[in-house]
Amino acid sequence: MAKMTIAEALRQAIREEMRRDERVFCIGEDIDIEGGFGGAFTVTLGLAKEFGYDRIINTPISEIMIAGAAVGAAMTGMIPIADVQYGDFLFCMMDQLANQAAKMTYMSGGKVKVPMVMRAPVGATTRGAQHAQSLEGFFTHIPGLKVICPATAYDAKGLLKTAIRDENPVIVFEHKLLYGSKGTRAEKSALSPIGEVPDEEYLIPFGEAVVRREGSDVTIVANLLMMYRALEAAEILEKEGISVEVIDPRTLVPFDYDTVIKSIAKTSRLMIVEEDTKRNGWGAEVAAHIAEEAIYYLDAPIKRVAAYDVPIPFAPVMENFVIPSVDRIVEEVRNLMKS
Amino acid sequence: MQYSIDNEKIIKMYEKMYLIRKYEERIYYLFLEGVMPGTIHQSHGQEACAVGMLYDLGKDDYMTSTHRPAGHCLAKGVPLESMMAEMFAKANGCCRGKGGAMHTGDMSVGAVPAIAIVGGGIPIAVGIGLSLKMRKTRNVVVCFFGDGASNEGAFHEGLNAAAIWNLPVIFACENNFYGASTHIKKVIKIENIADRAAAYGMPGEVVDGNDVLKVNEAAARAIERARRGEGPTLLELKTYRIGGHSRNDACGYRDKEEEKEWFAKDPIKRHREYILSNNILDENSLKKLEKEVEDRIERAVELAKASPDPKPEDALRHVYYEGGE
Ligand SMILES: Cc1ncc(C[n+]2csc(CCOP(=O)(O)OP(=O)(O)O)c2C)c(N)n1
Ligand SMILES: [Mg+2]
Repeated sequence: MAKMTIAEALRQAIREEMRRDERVFCIGEDIDIEGGFGGAFTVTLGLAKEFGYDRIINTPISEIMIAGAAVGAAMTGMIPIADVQYGDFLFCMMDQLANQAAKMTYMSGGKVKVPMVMRAPVGATTRGAQHAQSLEGFFTHIPGLKVICPATAYDAKGLLKTAIRDENPVIVFEHKLLYGSKGTRAEKSALSPIGEVPDEEYLIPFGEAVVRREGSDVTIVANLLMMYRALEAAEILEKEGISVEVIDPRTLVPFDYDTVIKSIAKTSRLMIVEEDTKRNGWGAEVAAHIAEEAIYYLDAPIKRVAAYDVPIPFAPVMENFVIPSVDRIVEEVRNLMKS
Repeated sequence: MQYSIDNEKIIKMYEKMYLIRKYEERIYYLFLEGVMPGTIHQSHGQEACAVGMLYDLGKDDYMTSTHRPAGHCLAKGVPLESMMAEMFAKANGCCRGKGGAMHTGDMSVGAVPAIAIVGGGIPIAVGIGLSLKMRKTRNVVVCFFGDGASNEGAFHEGLNAAAIWNLPVIFACENNFYGASTHIKKVIKIENIADRAAAYGMPGEVVDGNDVLKVNEAAARAIERARRGEGPTLLELKTYRIGGHSRNDACGYRDKEEEKEWFAKDPIKRHREYILSNNILDENSLKKLEKEVEDRIERAVELAKASPDPKPEDALRHVYYEGGE
C-alpha cells in the first residue's frame, strides 16, 4: 500500500496504462510542457519525461480539435486520454462529444468503436461562473457516453484504468478540491484526501457504488466533494441520534441502483446531494428512478439537495450559499426526519 | 513527381463517376416515389471531386465525409448494395439501418461513417491523421467538406493542428458555391478558400473540381506529400451541384445564367468527351459500360427492396460497442 493524492493516483493509472499498451496516449493543453503545470491540476506532470512528446501531446488552445482528434484516433486503433483544463470547456467540444463520440458506434450499426477517455475537472472554487460547473448530469443524458466521478485515490486509479480499457467514450469527472495538486496549482480550501492505493494492479468495474458509511435512518447518495460533505454531516447528525448511510455512486452511467435500493429498504428515507444545479440533474434522475421502481420502501418524500439554479457566483459568501454546505445537508436531513 | 495516367485508369474513373451519377439519379426518383424514408443531399455534379480524390487510395487510407456522402462512399469502395440497402433503412445496410443517407460509411474500406454536422469531420480527420502518424503507417486521410464548412470554428482548429504536427491529412474543400441557399459571396470575403491555407502554413491549391484528371493530379501531389511525412494540403475543388441542396429544392436562389455555365462543365460529359476524342474507348464500348453500371444499380435496388427491415427492438442495441457484431 502507498498513500497518495488523487492527482498522483490518476497519474499512476495513466503511467501504468501507457506502459502496458502503446496505443494509449495523452492529448490536451499544457499537459506537460517543460517548466509548466502538468495540466491544470498537475495530473500529467512529468509524464513526457518517460513517454516523450509524441505520446504526451501538448496542443494549441483548440477544444473542438482536441475532442475530435480523440474521436478520430480512437476510431482508428489508438486509445486517447484527452484532457480539458476546466470541465466548463467541455461545452466548446460539445459537438465532438455529444454528436460524434457518443453516436459513432450506434450510427455505424455497432461496427465502429470509440475507446476514448475525456478527463474534466469540475467543482466551484471561487473562479466565477465559467470555471465552476459540475457537469456530470449533462453528460448522463447522452446515450453512448459513460460517466464516472471518482472521489478517492483508490477509485481514481482503479476507475481510470477501467475507463482506458473500455471500448466506449468515457467522461471522467474529477473534483478540483479533491486532487491534492501541489505547488502553484494547489487549491485554497481544498480537501485533498490522501488515500491508500495498493501496490499491485487492480481495476474497479463501472456500476458498483460504495457504502462510505453505514447508517439506519436515512440514505444519502452523494458524489465527489458532496460525498465528503455528506460524511461530515453524518458525523454531526450522529450526535443527535440520527444515523446516516452515505453512498458514493462512483459511476453515474452506468448507475448502481441495487445498492441504493438495498439501502433504502433499511432506512426508508432517501436524500441525494449534488454540487450541480438542481433542475434536471442526475439527482432528479435517481429520484425518478427510485420513485418508479422502489417507492414502497420510502416513508418520506425523496429530498434533493443541490446548488440553486443560478450560474455559480464569484463572491465566496455567495458561492458558499449556492453550493450545498455541510450545514445545509444537516438541516435538510433534520427536516427529512420530521416528514 | 511526374503525374502520369494510363487508359485503364481513365476508363475506371469514368465508370466510378457514372456509377455515382446514376446512383444519385435513381435515388432521386425512388425518393420522389416515396419508397425511401428520410431526406437526401445529393452529390451529382461533384463526381469528379470524389473519384479524383479517392481513386488512388487503398483500403487502409481513410476518408471522412459529410451530409452529402454518396459519391465519396461509392468512390472509396463502400459496396453499392450496402449503400442502397441503407437508403431503404434495411437491416443489411452498411449501417444496419441505423445510419441513413447522411451517415453511410464502412470502416473496412476506410470510409468513416459520414458526419452530418457541418465541419464536424475536420477534427476527426485530424485525429485519424494523428493516429496514422503515431502508428508509423504511410497511410493518409482525405477529409471532405464544403465551402460552408470552411466558416466553422472546427476548420480553423483542425487545419492549424494538422499543420503544426505535419499530419497526413488532405483537406478537400468542395466549393460548390452554396451552403444550402446561401451563395459564398455573402459569407466569404475572399475569392479562393485555398488562400486560407497560407494562414496555417500549408500549401493551398485551387483545382477545377469538374475535371477528374485535374483533381486526380492535384490529389496525387497532396497524397504523395502526406505519405512523405511533409504534412497536410488544402485543395479547393471548384464544382457545382446539379440538384438541389436537399430534397424538394428547386434552387430558386441560384442564378440561371450561373447554372447554365456550370451545367456546360458537367464533369461526366467532359470526361466522356475526353475518352472519345483521345480514342481511349469508342462510343459502343462506352454505351456497354454504362449499361452494365445501370444494371448493377437496378439489381441493387431490387435487392434492397427485398431485404428485411431491422427489428424495432434492434434500436436498443449498439449504444455501446458490442465487439463489432
Ligand atoms: C453545424 C451545422 N450547422 C448547420 C447545418 C445545416 N446544414 C446542413 S448542410 C448545410 C450547408 C453546408 O454547406 P457546405 O459546407 O458548403 O456543403 P454543401 O451542402 O454545399 O455540400 C447546412 C447549413 C448542419 N448540418 N450542421
Ligand atoms: Mg457548398
